[in-house]
Amino acid sequence: MANKLINQMALPKSIANIFAARNIITAKDALSLTEFELMELLDVGMAEVTSAMAHISEVVCPPCQTALLLMEQRVRNESLAGHLPTRLKGLDEALCGGIPFGVLTELVGPPGIGKTQFCLKLSLLASLPVNCGGLDGRVIYIDVESKFSSKRLIEIGTKSFPEIFHKKGMAQEMAGRIRILRPTSLSEFAESLQRIKVSLLQQQVKLLIVDSMAALVLGEHDCGASRQQALGWHVSFIKSLAEFSRIPIVLTNQVRSHIGDESLMYSFQAQSRPTKEDNPVTFDSHLVAALGINWAHAVTIRLVLESRSGQRFIKLAKSPMSPPLAFPFNITSSGIVLLDDDGIEMKGPEINTIHCQVKREKLDFGLLVHFSNLFSFTYSKLQPIQ
Amino acid sequence: MFNEERFSSLITTSCVDLDNILGGGINCKEVTEIGGVPGIGKTQIGIQLAVNVQIPLEYGGLGGKAIYIDTEGSFMVERVLQIAEACIEDMSEYSHHFHKDNQAYGVKMHPNSILENIFYFRVCSYTEQIALVNYLDKFVTEHKDVKIIIIDSVTFHFRQDFDDMALRTRLLGEMSLKLMKLARNFCLAVVMLNQVTTKHIEGSFQLTLALGDSWSHSCTNRIILYWNGNERHAYIDKSPSLKSASAPYSVTSRGIRNSTSSSKRIKMV
Repeated sequence: MANKLINQMALPKSIANIFAARNIITAKDALSLTEFELMELLDVGMAEVTSAMAHISEVVCPPCQTALLLMEQRVRNESLAGHLPTRLKGLDEALCGGIPFGVLTELVGPPGIGKTQFCLKLSLLASLPVNCGGLDGRVIYIDVESKFSSKRLIEIGTKSFPEIFHKKGMAQEMAGRIRILRPTSLSEFAESLQRIKVSLLQQQVKLLIVDSMAALVLGEHDCGASRQQALGWHVSFIKSLAEFSRIPIVLTNQVRSHIGDESLMYSFQAQSRPTKEDNPVTFDSHLVAALGINWAHAVTIRLVLESRSGQRFIKLAKSPMSPPLAFPFNITSSGIVLLDDDGIEMKGPEINTIHCQVKREKLDFGLLVHFSNLFSFTYSKLQPIQ
Repeated sequence: MFNEERFSSLITTSCVDLDNILGGGINCKEVTEIGGVPGIGKTQIGIQLAVNVQIPLEYGGLGGKAIYIDTEGSFMVERVLQIAEACIEDMSEYSHHFHKDNQAYGVKMHPNSILENIFYFRVCSYTEQIALVNYLDKFVTEHKDVKIIIIDSVTFHFRQDFDDMALRTRLLGEMSLKLMKLARNFCLAVVMLNQVTTKHIEGSFQLTLALGDSWSHSCTNRIILYWNGNERHAYIDKSPSLKSASAPYSVTSRGIRNSTSSSKRIKMV
């Protein structure tokens, strides 16, 4: 839209020529200057500039739809009005049907909590035929840390949908619909997405998973502002991809520890902060999602996976259409299973906090042992495929 | 929730405390900025206002239509439907309460007609955003019943790929002037939702609304949504006519509503 050429907009010849003479070729060129600047640059009167800009703006402007039309289109054209059911009853109900199409859904939590397990199951669900509750489509799985396991995928399938997977060749066909990509940098990732764009728009690909977005971004060599900017660009690109192709996109994020003071406040929230001399340093370490606040603004749904007092929870930390619910879950041979479909409603910003069962005394060594325990559970206690 | 007397140019937020610190509701003829951290309820308030502007005159509303400019893809139709249905149910209840004797006084609105009166634009770049704001003059002239324009969020596309910050300031400035003109000329409310960023002030990091210091002059009123313990609050950060005050509100399955805490009170600052 922004790159539309001014000389193709049916402007009066005289003004069109003046734009061209001053090297203002695309709509973006013109709209990136204030009208006052244009008036000076083009050496014409304000009225003429305003009129030309009104014309250009009308051409470039996105189309108008009513909210009713949006809803009717989705109900008519998309399965479950644009949702991919996770088969976790409580979660699907809270999400009005499942993971929504067209927006970014984030899974964030400590290592070994179950993010990849969730992604594996979703891939399977998207590949299933429609009469089995799936999207009957291909899946692109961006596996940054090489955690994808087809063996585990087929095991989840066989245990969750025995009637489908015992048919000859079904397991192979479903697994064959999932394409694994392993980019090693953000730019490689962007290139892969450009290439996939065609199949996305041809509606063959029905789900995109990025596991994990954090590993992709944090693996870059630059730091600080330029990394944030690179992330910003990629996020915009992925969002627009989700919207134009109307598919669900699920991204996983890591956590990092945040040792120190209370959460940030605004200047009007007058609160006496304890100075370093008043309080001895307390290791009140808690976990926060990586990738920063711009990323948090950009995702539409944020699912926090955490472990508290030995019980794992999946929490709807950010969702425009759901109450702040926390569901206890376990990981079994058939993937993630909710222990309670009603969920616990959480009050306040606590829905956003990420717990990981770490006792303070065991902070150094114990932390490693604990994490490796979580990790080994996922892979060692599973039955081998017969 | 529905006061007997209502000025015809105020749009209720569905939360009494919030309406009170706003002097009755969001004002037409003014540009109001609402900012806050992710998940605090900015889009929720935006959608609630897009529905509430449509409340008919006989229920104390404006009976108008809404323009919703979505720059981030946050507009979830499922949620609009939830809020629209709840609004109609509340109106029915009000109607039964005040017109017990008159059986025929049913609410004739259907949630679909509420959805039909929200004009939705999806903007994917700052170029499209500026073009759309330019085009709104013509659009509103052709749709004179539009009484609110919501931009969700005004920030998103101006946060990336702007190397020339001075240019960004000029473009934002011109855009906000046009929005103020729209608000005044067509007597409608403009609500801009903004994100937050961190700023290093006096040796510590603080939260502040995005887009810089010069942007804070671009609106008539500025409201900051924040967490106060476990409760959501709204704070009037800047206004020529309203006192600095904060009020609690909540986000429920029915939309924005009063806070349920028993210790709710409006704090004058």
